[in-house]
Amino acid sequence: MHELSVCQALIAQVEELAQREKAQQVECVRVGIGPLSGVEPQLLQRAYPLAAAGTLAEGSVLDIEDRPVRVNCQMCGKNSDASANRLLCAHCGDWRTTLISGDELILVQVEFTREEDYV
Amino acid sequence: MCDTCGCNVTHGNQHLIAPGGKLQKTGQGNEAVSVLKNLLSENDHAAAHNREHFDRHGVLALNLMSSPGSGKTSLLEATIEALDGRYRVAVIEGDLETENDAERIRKCGVQAVQITTGTACHLDAHMLHTALHELNLDAIDILFIENVGNLVCPASFDLGQHRNVTLLSVPEGDDKPSKYPVMFRAADLVALTKVDLLPVLDDFDTERATGNVRALANAAPVLEMSAKQPGSLQAWLQWLDDEVEHHRAQCENGATLRPRIQPDGVHLHGLT
Repeated sequence: MHELSVCQALIAQVEELAQREKAQQVECVRVGIGPLSGVEPQLLQRAYPLAAAGTLAEGSVLDIEDRPVRVNCQMCGKNSDASANRLLCAHCGDWRTTLISGDELILVQVEFTREEDYV
Repeated sequence: MCDTCGCNVTHGNQHLIAPGGKLQKTGQGNEAVSVLKNLLSENDHAAAHNREHFDRHGVLALNLMSSPGSGKTSLLEATIEALDGRYRVAVIEGDLETENDAERIRKCGVQAVQITTGTACHLDAHMLHTALHELNLDAIDILFIENVGNLVCPASFDLGQHRNVTLLSVPEGDDKPSKYPVMFRAADLVALTKVDLLPVLDDFDTERATGNVRALANAAPVLEMSAKQPGSLQAWLQWLDDEVEHHRAQCENGATLRPRIQPDGVHLHGLT
């Protein structure tokens, strides 16, 4: 249920960036989210229009890239896919792994139009 | 890497979109700026500020997280009693409503500040910062932050704490780490609480609980304890001693302590 506050933080960053770039309208916001970030993409998608209302991002598209859960094994050194609650090495089965993807909660890119585009 | 949107950025290829190559036109003629910034960077900024405060005043800050009713406040009461003044302790309590927990802690003779979050399901760094203004940090060695009882949201928000302690009480079942991986992966210490109930709740297997924590690639100590059995708190008190010592040593070297999983994330995903 914290997706709305995450969304508000996202919109604040997008607005700051849009103002800096003198954007007239934000068209698309891309974020990368992994299952281990603790944020549910569907809920974020639903909260987005509410948080965007009345900002430069109103009406923009939220594009969510799902990031895979991947681990690097500290024992055998290989990388493998894993699931959120079993971060084991798929090659040797050891639990001593380091997460290399899957906990992202990042703003990747913002697409916008500038005022001069309309001149 | 996708040539229109800059997606699939990894630590291996992020240099491709580093400053210089940042601005690009999309197929639709829109301008695009690649960012790669943590969505919660504003919270993280405030958290870093809190952590600096703690370090400057030599305060070890511990974030206690668990489901409601797992015994966070009871563990704190028992801990304060067992420490018997060895450290100067203060507690920040997070709940949706009531001062009940802060009042329980004050009865133990230590400072307690209650944060009532209203409807918010977690504490964030800003809320904590406001509460810190009510404490004299120079008079504190260990600050316990009792987060809102919730195994989901508190794990996503850095408060500026040095360590995360996640409680798992015996009545909850030994598979909670598998059900709530984000929370239990974040733990620097897992406290199995209410172990005095093990004889009656014999379907809870402490080895299985530990195995479920290890399956999250988490090497954190898993300690059994009961607030009703002061003798069971020894390993927990020893851990507190070690962390106080560790934090002091780090501060003397101009460094700090952070929860285990955060440095990985920051380093591996190239975030600042």
